Amino acid sequence: MSRISTRFGALQTKGRKALIPYVTAGDPQPSVTVSLMHAMVSAGADILELGVPFSDPMAEGPVIQKAMERALEHHVSLKDVLGMVAEFRQHDTETPVLLMGYLNPVEVMGYASFAERAAKAGVDGVLLVDLPPEEAEALIVELKKTGLDIVFLVSPTTKDERIAKIAQLSSGFIYYVSLKGVTGAGHLDTEEVAERVNRIKSHSKIPVGVGFGIKDAESAARVAKVADAVVVGSALVKKVEEHAGDADKIQEAISALLREIREGIDAVV
Amino acid sequence: MTEVKTKQAAGTYNLPDEKGHFGPYGGRFIAETLMGPIEELTEAYETCCNDPAFIAELDEDLRQYVGRPSPLYYAQRWSETLGGAKIYLKREDLNHTGAHKVNNTVGQALLARYMGKTRIIAETGAGQHGVASATVAARLGLECVVYMGEEDIKRQAINVFRMKLLGAKVVPVTSGSKTLKDALNEAMRDWVTNVDNTFYIIGTVAGPHPYPAMVRDFQAIIGREAKEQIMKQEGRLPDALVACVGGGSNAIGLFYPFIDDKDVVMYGVEGAGEGIETGHHAAPLCAGKSGVLHGNRTYLVEDADGQIIPTHCISAGLDYPGVGPEHAWLKDSGRANYVSVTDDEALQAFHDLTRIEGIMPALESSHALAYATKLAPTMEKDKIIIVNLSGRGDKDIHTVANLEGISI
Repeated sequence: MSRISTRFGALQTKGRKALIPYVTAGDPQPSVTVSLMHAMVSAGADILELGVPFSDPMAEGPVIQKAMERALEHHVSLKDVLGMVAEFRQHDTETPVLLMGYLNPVEVMGYASFAERAAKAGVDGVLLVDLPPEEAEALIVELKKTGLDIVFLVSPTTKDERIAKIAQLSSGFIYYVSLKGVTGAGHLDTEEVAERVNRIKSHSKIPVGVGFGIKDAESAARVAKVADAVVVGSALVKKVEEHAGDADKIQEAISALLREIREGIDAVV
Repeated sequence: MTEVKTKQAAGTYNLPDEKGHFGPYGGRFIAETLMGPIEELTEAYETCCNDPAFIAELDEDLRQYVGRPSPLYYAQRWSETLGGAKIYLKREDLNHTGAHKVNNTVGQALLARYMGKTRIIAETGAGQHGVASATVAARLGLECVVYMGEEDIKRQAINVFRMKLLGAKVVPVTSGSKTLKDALNEAMRDWVTNVDNTFYIIGTVAGPHPYPAMVRDFQAIIGREAKEQIMKQEGRLPDALVACVGGGSNAIGLFYPFIDDKDVVMYGVEGAGEGIETGHHAAPLCAGKSGVLHGNRTYLVEDADGQIIPTHCISAGLDYPGVGPEHAWLKDSGRANYVSVTDDEALQAFHDLTRIEGIMPALESSHALAYATKLAPTMEKDKIIIVNLSGRGDKDIHTVANLEGISI
């Protein structure tokens, strides 16, 4: 069983919901990321989602776009991100790490090479925004060889028969995108989210995480009531932007927000 | 459209497959939120291109609104100057709005209306597709938002004003390299947010399936007419076709109806910018590698880490790091040849055609013309070349004047 499934199993036993923070690797500079990952674990993160910078992040709102631009100023590549994960693994062998990004850097590295190098670095799974299940077959074959999970997205526009197919191909968890639009947008309709999550669960036993539109303890708590995991991204990345010149302050601000969100989640479940 | 499909069915070429693949290229590499709308679009397109009423309305619009058929003009003086093959120009510059782009926007706008969408979005580089989209939106009374890179807005002030006059909102894109590729990213972000009421008119044969096939089908009128016209004017098929390639819609429009005519040699001309060897170019087919961008797998100008590199080309319409997936396939299969010409060569061709034939070509089309000036002298005088004159050059006179240190 992968580190992600093991972690979800352990959380379920404890009756705890997973908190999954997202930061872009190498934002605002590469030296910040590994210690920030450890700090997020200390502040209550259960699984880490690490963004792989890409020059054309089509599904991101302005906050994460800028984060990727900051990282790319330092030429942070997929290879560098794998290096960061390997460094993180020297002191943390338990917390699952999920890479989130776009297909092209993986395509250029080569599927087999990526699967091998990512597993060796200690990556547990991958979520590629622009790789729907229809195009994913060749990559899935390689990921399976090295035991990596692949997380697919389900959106408000996904029809039932597609949900079934996505559920079948997903491993680790299924990521429900709670809003139409890009990352960092809009307001959550928790009732609709609940209805959708239940529909996904009717097709699969895999845990369901919810992301997009969760920015504080209150919205996280509402989502935690209906989902197995809560993903927080843009709200954290905004803190990086606010304190871009000061690595300590970035870590403090992100840890503080994560602790608040953790308390919010734990209070309702 | 049906006509094209019937003709192709009789030949051997029948790509893309049902998932939108041209060999390894094309496909649908998009976020999950767009899968539903893309499937809806595919269905609507299939329905409409089999509907005689839709086709009749499109044909009528192309005739009465766009001004088709466009002439196939024998450029006799230019051909004689070059001293080789006879060069015919397919005069897409004479279309309403001044370029081939309108063939596609007329079709997609009818589709938008059929699907009940009230809002049109588009990306634009040179501004020709933006103008063509704003034009059809005005005519159908649809709201129109055009995304345009901040850099391109500076280069193409006249087209920006034209779009505004037509009632469109032009949104400057300030992310990334601030050019066409970033405008496409931004349009995709708008679409994913407003899928319920919005139709995204992609201007070229790129993007997720069905766009590459759909835009090709709408642009194939160029090649269908050219084939009929050359048969009438010369009694035989041409020996060579030449067209510029940015995303590649005017080229595929000319090439597609000739794909099964194996004796017709095809040349797609990319922008070599300051020269391929300088790295400042926009030539993914000549100097790029395979990758995934903007919803499809194709050739890209990218670095060793898979990041997209800013391109350079004198003409904004060719300044794009990707290319339509069908061109990627035509290259790999050897059916079409892809070559490149530099900014300077294109500029020379712009002047030559203007002075010798009294026709001022767009800088995009000037790339095709520049290649024809190399090709024609290598061919016998009884050979025939058709060059797609995809747009007129009025929009570029400021660029040309600036380059030559003239203020107007």
